[in-house]
Amino acid sequence: MKKISRREAWAGYIFASPWLIGFLVFMAYPLIASIYFSFCDYSVLKAPVWVGLDNYKSLMKDDLFWTALKNTLFYAILALPAGMATAIILAMLLNTKVKGMAAYRTFFFIPSLVPQVSLAILWMWVLNGEHGVLNPILAKLHITGPNWMGDPNWSKPALVVMGVWGVGNAVLIYLAGLQDVPTQLIEAADLDGANSWQKTRHVTIPMISPVILFNLIMGIIGTLQVFTVPYIMFPNGAPAHSTYFYAVYLYDNAFRYHKMGYASAMGWIMFLMILVLTLFSLRMSEKHVHYQGT
Amino acid sequence: MDRNAFTIPVLATVIIATLYYSEQLTKAPPDDGKVHVKYWEKWTAFEFDAMKHVVDEFNKSQDKIQVDILSVSGIEDKTLMAISGGIPPDVVGLYGENVTQYADNHAVIQLDDMCREAGIKRDDYISPFWDAGVIRGHLYALPSTPATTALHYNRKVFKEVGLDPDKPPRTIDELDDMADKLMKRDAKGHVVRTGFMPGEPGWWNWSWGPFFGGKLWDGKNKITFNSPENVKAFEWVQSFSKKWGASALQSFKSGFGSFSSPQNAFMMSQNAMEIQGVWMYNFIHMYSPGLDWAAAPFPTANPELPDPTVIDLDVLCIPTGAKHTKEAFEFLKFVESQKGLEMLCLGQKKITPLKAVSPGFIENHPNPFIKLFIKMSYSKGAVSTPKLGIWSQYKDEISSAFDDITLMTKTPKQALDDVTNRMQPMLDQYQYRLHLRGEE
Repeated sequence: MKKISRREAWAGYIFASPWLIGFLVFMAYPLIASIYFSFCDYSVLKAPVWVGLDNYKSLMKDDLFWTALKNTLFYAILALPAGMATAIILAMLLNTKVKGMAAYRTFFFIPSLVPQVSLAILWMWVLNGEHGVLNPILAKLHITGPNWMGDPNWSKPALVVMGVWGVGNAVLIYLAGLQDVPTQLIEAADLDGANSWQKTRHVTIPMISPVILFNLIMGIIGTLQVFTVPYIMFPNGAPAHSTYFYAVYLYDNAFRYHKMGYASAMGWIMFLMILVLTLFSLRMSEKHVHYQGT
Repeated sequence: MDRNAFTIPVLATVIIATLYYSEQLTKAPPDDGKVHVKYWEKWTAFEFDAMKHVVDEFNKSQDKIQVDILSVSGIEDKTLMAISGGIPPDVVGLYGENVTQYADNHAVIQLDDMCREAGIKRDDYISPFWDAGVIRGHLYALPSTPATTALHYNRKVFKEVGLDPDKPPRTIDELDDMADKLMKRDAKGHVVRTGFMPGEPGWWNWSWGPFFGGKLWDGKNKITFNSPENVKAFEWVQSFSKKWGASALQSFKSGFGSFSSPQNAFMMSQNAMEIQGVWMYNFIHMYSPGLDWAAAPFPTANPELPDPTVIDLDVLCIPTGAKHTKEAFEFLKFVESQKGLEMLCLGQKKITPLKAVSPGFIENHPNPFIKLFIKMSYSKGAVSTPKLGIWSQYKDEISSAFDDITLMTKTPKQALDDVTNRMQPMLDQYQYRLHLRGEE
């Protein structure tokens, strides 16, 4: 390497060093340490004691681990498609040429700016079985609303409903994708006499498929790690562990039961699950995702 | 004009000002020659003010130590992190039920020797309050403000349904009968008032078993949550759901406002009788001063355990790694004096953990039932949280089982068996790991 380019490289590293140091200290070290801790009995206060695969073995036998995992997957299976479908439909509606569109776009985006804690408190009152806002509206439609938060059968769907409310970020990304769909393709379809469903199905959706893939992967990660809202709305996963999610059990083990080793093991199992699901999505996407210019 | 001519001076001023003020904000306080003792406490509002007053009195009483009190939320978790990070406070106010978990991890130091030297001894305290700080024969915590519970009932509603407001229930059967009379439903059959609900406020769901004579563990190595006494207690808990409908009660309860608000179910006369602590008076006084209420010992469920009550207390500990242990203990000594404890407990309008009570304490106490709450702390039917390192998890499991029982998704026996089967291996593993770490 020439002297000048070496000097430039050094300067580059020095300028990037705040991030590099931060990454090494706050990300890389804890990550690697947690692999080690997952094989230890570690209460944070005492030095970790090596216990081999004990934590992983206990997890396999831990009913609550399976309950939390089932709850999380159930939530993800409902929330992910519901959120994605709503976001795509909203984005398409917000992509039409209607007067006052800027205002509509703002309205739909605003909910996603609400901090998670406020969101949880707000929805506790919307979903309240006795005085909530939602059930009287359903009653007008001749539907008897359930006790959303008190009934173990309805507590998870309640969270899904809430999740849909905060799709603003995803809408924004889809909207950007939609605006990138080349107009000449739509015009060509028009000339061929395609109706609007055919245009959506055969032009728009394929053209925004990379965006859908991105949102799918982010959605998998987000729904599997769901934490803040259920943690606040449903203490201890009430009623009867029906809203006890994986990340909440992980947190409880780490910070309330002082079982940091056990929690680390849970963290790594979660990582592997997300990794497998992401790789699976990428693999599946090869046939269905169309990148422009390829 | 060159834009830089404006931007650069402004940017420079902002940067310099930021540096200056952040320096000012983070600068160590001027050296006043005193040892600064850092004290973290969980209380807020008037409860914090009461302790602040004691701290101020201590600071005034001598010129060598300055206690700096800080109100910290989620204290049991944050203190743990601070201890493991090597920057703990010198004194911490924990909940009584946290002590075992902390002691097992050596997160707080033993106070035996310092107490012996200072003449602080068990004989002076009402025993359950002192004993809460003793783990495997060593003292780790001293009581700050203790509390006992009693049945609180709404006299006005009693009169309304033709019950004598001066005759609260004395046995569980009487409680059930009165609860039936106090129950009110509207024309459509919706519950508008309950007489009693075992799940309200739901802070001591674990205590029903012990009230009926059950034990949560055998004190050595066995979880005994599915013992016949415990099953009987939870059958009683479930009887309310059977009588009035699980979902009807659940949905009525979901409409209750938060505890510390004028919408509190007891203050709104939505729930006519409930188990509450000595602090309930403060909240009634604050939010519903006109409420016609009274407190009485909770009805007896097991004749061998008359007047059951829950021992609930806050404690003071010195974290491991504290920099000023000696000075921290000087402060503890001040708080634990009769004067200190009465100042604090009167300020928080609770009872004192000491056997000796100065006449002024009761006279000046605004709670009209203070004598009852003091008497309850000597009750034969008093129950405390078990000294188990896995208690926080055990308690969560009990809460969840409580949901299953009240929602009638499991029979009491089944729910209790499930908790026992789940917690027994946890206890075995916990004790095995204590052994691995060389504790016992």
